[in-house]
Amino acid sequence: MITVDTVSKRFGEYTALDAVSLEVPEGSLTALLGPSGSGKSTLLRIIGGLELPDAGVIRIDGEDVTKVPPQRRGIGFVFQHYAAFRHMTVRDNVAFGLTVRKQPKARIEARTSELLGIVGLAGYAERYPNQLSGGQRQRMALARALAVEPRVLLLDEPFGALDAKVRAELREWLRRLHEEVEVTTLLVTHDQEEAMSIADRIAVMDNARIEQVGGPRELYDRPANPFVAGFLGAVSQLGDRLVRPHDILIETDALDGGLEAQVQRVVHLGFEVRVELMLTDGAEVSAQLTRQTVDELELAHGDIVWLHAAPTTVLPDAGPDAAATVDPGPEVAGERAA
Amino acid sequence: MSLVTHLPGAGVRKRGRRPTAVGGVGPLGLGVAMLWLSLIVLLPLAAVTTRAFDNGLIGFWDAINAPAARSALILTTVISVIVALINVVAGTLIAWVLVRDEFPGKRFFNALIDLPFALPTIVASIVLLTLYGPRSPINLELNATRPALIIALLFVTLPFVVRSVQPVLIEVDREAEQAAASLGASNRTIFRRIVLPALGPALLGGAGLAFARAIGEFGSIVLIGGGIPYETEVASQYILKQIEVDRPVNAAAVSVALLAISFIVLLILRTAAARSRRHETGS
Repeated sequence: MITVDTVSKRFGEYTALDAVSLEVPEGSLTALLGPSGSGKSTLLRIIGGLELPDAGVIRIDGEDVTKVPPQRRGIGFVFQHYAAFRHMTVRDNVAFGLTVRKQPKARIEARTSELLGIVGLAGYAERYPNQLSGGQRQRMALARALAVEPRVLLLDEPFGALDAKVRAELREWLRRLHEEVEVTTLLVTHDQEEAMSIADRIAVMDNARIEQVGGPRELYDRPANPFVAGFLGAVSQLGDRLVRPHDILIETDALDGGLEAQVQRVVHLGFEVRVELMLTDGAEVSAQLTRQTVDELELAHGDIVWLHAAPTTVLPDAGPDAAATVDPGPEVAGERAA
Repeated sequence: MSLVTHLPGAGVRKRGRRPTAVGGVGPLGLGVAMLWLSLIVLLPLAAVTTRAFDNGLIGFWDAINAPAARSALILTTVISVIVALINVVAGTLIAWVLVRDEFPGKRFFNALIDLPFALPTIVASIVLLTLYGPRSPINLELNATRPALIIALLFVTLPFVVRSVQPVLIEVDREAEQAAASLGASNRTIFRRIVLPALGPALLGGAGLAFARAIGEFGSIVLIGGGIPYETEVASQYILKQIEVDRPVNAAAVSVALLAISFIVLLILRTAAARSRRHETGS
């Protein structure tokens, strides 16, 4: 279990963390999700001992490790750009932590082979990191971190440098690995889809603070504020309400009231159809419908329709500055978060 | 004009040109480079080598095996090895401090490194003579001793290792060091097992340059060294003396011996550097 207790960190004039508290339960896979510069990587590095906090306490399994160097924290750290030991073979990379702990040779050999098998690199033991693909290198880095049986595993944008297809595969692989190894894991990402698909808990960060912590579903359905709502999925603004695009109902007559809008564009994206609309006040709204619904409504450019929010939607009201916060948009992949 | 010239392939062939890859070198560039290298480097080397063997193989051997010549060659080589080794340690330390530490006057010290490069070597000799010569202000008179030779050579060869290591150290993957720390490696272990292998080729290269410079150095030791035969006379001084007593063939022979030592050492270091770099490129 990791406990972060009112940790603050400044870099000169810049506040990276502002009295942040967080609990990562034993055995969980928690994601730290936020835009770049929100402080999530700094928090991870402070937990790992690679950065010292200005104030606050870090505990791992109840032990105060705030001033303990990374060597003795019992952590495994995985970096976005692999941090491979380039002059060592894959086997020596994985064995490194055991070698510096002066474990018996036979044990190192057995443990290394076991881990190479787990991460699917058994046939690559004698290769050098530069002879591996990005995905293989990151699996090697994970095996290396797991070799020393860390109390917690810290992953800093581990899939950020990989292309979309490999990223999706590794996400799925990591989730299964976590079920197998069950080590408390904290993963930093700016990709909400990654966080939702991989983590059992998500802590959303923005501006050096944690905005909300909860399960993926909870955060998506009951976000605490417009920022969390917008960061976890697309939102549209209907009057003074925030609505998920798939929670917008479209009627072709004005029987039940609703907001009048004109269809600007109907975009077919396979199963789902995006309908772009303009309200009478000029505001643009994007709705997400199924193909069937669109066919039944016979929507076409220029049609006048009436919009309702589905009763299931419980998003917070849009604040006065909602327009600025509803659309943070996912960052460019691979961008280094502060 | 025939139709053929409108076909791009045919037009190229007509002018007898092979297309050059982007960033590639055409035959003209290659020719000029080779000619220049031959005129400026190879021709003089060939001339001195020919002269060295004017009295045949036995004459060459006698020339470099004369007691004073042999003594100068051995002294020069041993001292150059010592100087290169000391510089590897000191140069790495200085490069480390310049890259990893922040301190007031860092830019000044960084510029200072190049001073021995820029200084005329005879000036270096006078500078050292003022400090270590007769009436030494620090009461350390090393004039015409072997330690004086080492100090003079350390002075002029310091920039080689520092300037070889510095850019590589800037590029070293800091996250690999942090990963090693998280795996339990002490700072010493991190340096020995992560940083040093990355610096290897640069260290060997810098050491090679420092050695090559030391083995041929003349100006900076001509005053402080004293040139005492069998004591502090280095090969370059011996060569000058042979010219002065009108034995140019002996001078050429010792020169060729110096050349050979230099060449062999550089070759060995280059091979070692290529070997330690091999894994990085994944070939």
